[in-house]
Amino acid sequence: MALALARPASAPPETPSSTPAPAPLLTVERLSLSRGEKLILDEVSFTLKRGATLGLVGESGAGKSTIALALIGLLQKPQVGLEGTMALDGSANLVDATEKDWLKLRGRRVSMIFQDASSALNPCFTVGSQLTSPLRRLLGMGAKEARGRAIDLLESVGLNDAASRLDAYPHQLSGGMQQRVMIAIALATNPELLLADEPTSALDVTIQAQIVRLILDETRKRGASCIFVLHDLALASQACDEIVVLYGGQVMEAGPSDVLLAEPLHPYTRGLKACVLELDTDELVPLPSGAPSFASKTPGCRFAPRCGNALPKCVDEKPPLETVRGRKLACWNPAA
Amino acid sequence: MSMPSELFRLLDVEKAYDVGRKGGLFASGPRRRLAALDGVRLSLKAGESVAIVGESGSGKTTLLRVLLGLTSPSDGRALYREKDITLLQGEDRDRFCREVAMIYQDARGSLNPRMSILDLVAEPLDHHGLCKPSERRDRVAALLSRVGLPPEMMERYTSALSGGQVRRVAIARALASSPAVLVADEAVSGLDVSTQAQLLKLLRDLQREMGVSLLFITHDLGVAAYLCERIAVMYLGRIVETGLTKDVLSAPAHPYTRALLNAAPKFFEPIAEPLGGEIPSPIDLPPGCRFAGRCPEARDDCRASDPELVAGAPNREFACLHPLIGEPAFA
Ligand SMILES: Nc1ncnc2c1ncn2[C@@H]1O[C@H](COP(=O)(O)OP(=O)(O)O)[C@@H](O)[C@H]1O
Ligand SMILES: Nc1ncnc2c1ncn2[C@@H]1O[C@H](COP(=O)(O)OP(=O)(O)O)[C@@H](O)[C@H]1O
Ligand code: SF4
Ligand code: SF4
Ligand SMILES: [Mg+2]
Ligand SMILES: [Mg+2]
Repeated sequence: MALALARPASAPPETPSSTPAPAPLLTVERLSLSRGEKLILDEVSFTLKRGATLGLVGESGAGKSTIALALIGLLQKPQVGLEGTMALDGSANLVDATEKDWLKLRGRRVSMIFQDASSALNPCFTVGSQLTSPLRRLLGMGAKEARGRAIDLLESVGLNDAASRLDAYPHQLSGGMQQRVMIAIALATNPELLLADEPTSALDVTIQAQIVRLILDETRKRGASCIFVLHDLALASQACDEIVVLYGGQVMEAGPSDVLLAEPLHPYTRGLKACVLELDTDELVPLPSGAPSFASKTPGCRFAPRCGNALPKCVDEKPPLETVRGRKLACWNPAA
Repeated sequence: MSMPSELFRLLDVEKAYDVGRKGGLFASGPRRRLAALDGVRLSLKAGESVAIVGESGSGKTTLLRVLLGLTSPSDGRALYREKDITLLQGEDRDRFCREVAMIYQDARGSLNPRMSILDLVAEPLDHHGLCKPSERRDRVAALLSRVGLPPEMMERYTSALSGGQVRRVAIARALASSPAVLVADEAVSGLDVSTQAQLLKLLRDLQREMGVSLLFITHDLGVAAYLCERIAVMYLGRIVETGLTKDVLSAPAHPYTRALLNAAPKFFEPIAEPLGGEIPSPIDLPPGCRFAGRCPEARDDCRASDPELVAGAPNREFACLHPLIGEPAFA
């Protein structure tokens, strides 16, 4: 059975639509992912508008990379258990997509940039061949056309002397330049959705600023949407329109970043924000340590063992994700 | 003899590596030198905390290796309590090892996985003969609770501990010999903000309660501001600006300091225009200011004369021909 996967003809990615309530580009609804007995994602829901940027934030182990890998079809059934919905505008439910279906989407409608460019790029092939191969394979370009397009792409991601860089091997480039090459490869086919999994955490802050700006500028230019996996809330407030806060595979709080980060209501979001050092931070109030349980039988809020607001109910019953003051919130006792 | 209040003093320290001839192994060009440190002056007094910041490749780790005596300067002098670090012998050497403790970035990798936490934390005590065998467990228990770990943990091995716990063990071990100075290289990077916040709070409490000096290498200006009263900004083997952290970060004089400040994420501010380019290799530097190639303020004279680190304001030194002081900080 083949799934419907094509881009909707009405909304080509190059023209961000301005109609009142356009269908979201991405809909994720009650997405659950399990590995054996472990429930890694527990009913995750969010939507992403065309042209918007969404940040997935939370401590390591929260399930951020798992969401990104599921969205690009690198975690499929039956390797993992998948339930719920994830759909691109116009596509069928991708929870049921097979590798054959994903081959039509991956690199075409959805691309991904990884944290560690040096291991994501193939050390044995030149930058040029890694950049032209998706152009030839996915867009059917000839060798010469692909080479010309590759040079344009490298220039657009800020690599000077692009023609000569085509013959370079990844190890001959700095970390920042490798990340630029990865961005060029990811954008080569004009995807509608770009997934960027901590693309700057291995880089200096100066280079981080360059790379984040580049990703935002290039996706905006193309009318594409972007999901950033980030662990820096301040950076998330600068780069993202929407934020989804994850803990232990559950969505704690989600909404527009200015609303959510200016006045977080969830105890976890508040705790995370209190750990962020700004230049004038005098007192830090660290969250207590602890790691979530992923046991599929845990019925309640996974943050409960670390939560200062926890009620007896929190351990037994999962709080629903409900609209509260301009954002979605899952908490029985959000008061400060 | 009275104890000098300066623990460390670097006098125009240079550290150059020979990186072969231009064109590779069999080329016949002149031998090339890479100046990882190029005339660094720095002092650390008892009880003081200093942050060293700068992009990777600026020479921070090399500076620390010189301070620890792991490598000797190719020129200039590196002193601990007024004596050359690489020439320390006998009692002086023992005292240096006891008084200077290091916290590594890769805490797990720096701790032997086959030793129990008890033996790891007790090792400096044993090595320096600092406690009787009968007191060993009590001393380790006290050190573990000081860093917020349950004393029962001493029976366990690092493999059973989380990343944050392993870093606490490394701090307990560093504290074991009652050091005068703690030296740390990116000791909190790569951690979740929650773990990072806990460790930073611990380090600041230790510093305040025990009066231990802190030399903290970090790429995070927020960490520097929270932990250290003084800051030294490095670029390509030189300190380009130094002073009280709050002064430097509220009104940077050097354009490089301002660029680092602009690049640091700030809630709800638009992402600032990033500093262009990347830190070049310190081989074959052009004449003039080494930041000129990336500096938005660069003028013609910057490419001709190399600015020295000089006192430009009270308690402040910077190496720039056209400093920003007097101009608004975030212009
Ligand atoms: N290959 C795997 N096998 C089993 N468990 C995994 C695997 N990859 C990740 N996990 C688990 O899934 C959870 C979420 O991981 P991940 O999505 O990588 O989190 P994040 O990206 O937020 O740090 C973690 O508890 C992790 O241990
Ligand atoms: N053993 C060495 N041989 C040659 N070059 C070195 C050696 N150690 C460091 N360097 C060079 O010295 C410069 C400074 O490095 P380092 O002190 O590690 O900087 P940082 O810690 O600020 O990143 C870099 O250009 C680095 O490549
Ligand atoms: S109050 Fe209850 S539901 Fe809300 S975060 Fe705390 S434990 Fe979870
Ligand atoms: S001396 Fe000139 S190039 Fe160097 S930092 Fe100052 S203004 Fe910039
Ligand atoms: Mg991850
Ligand atoms: Mg270093």
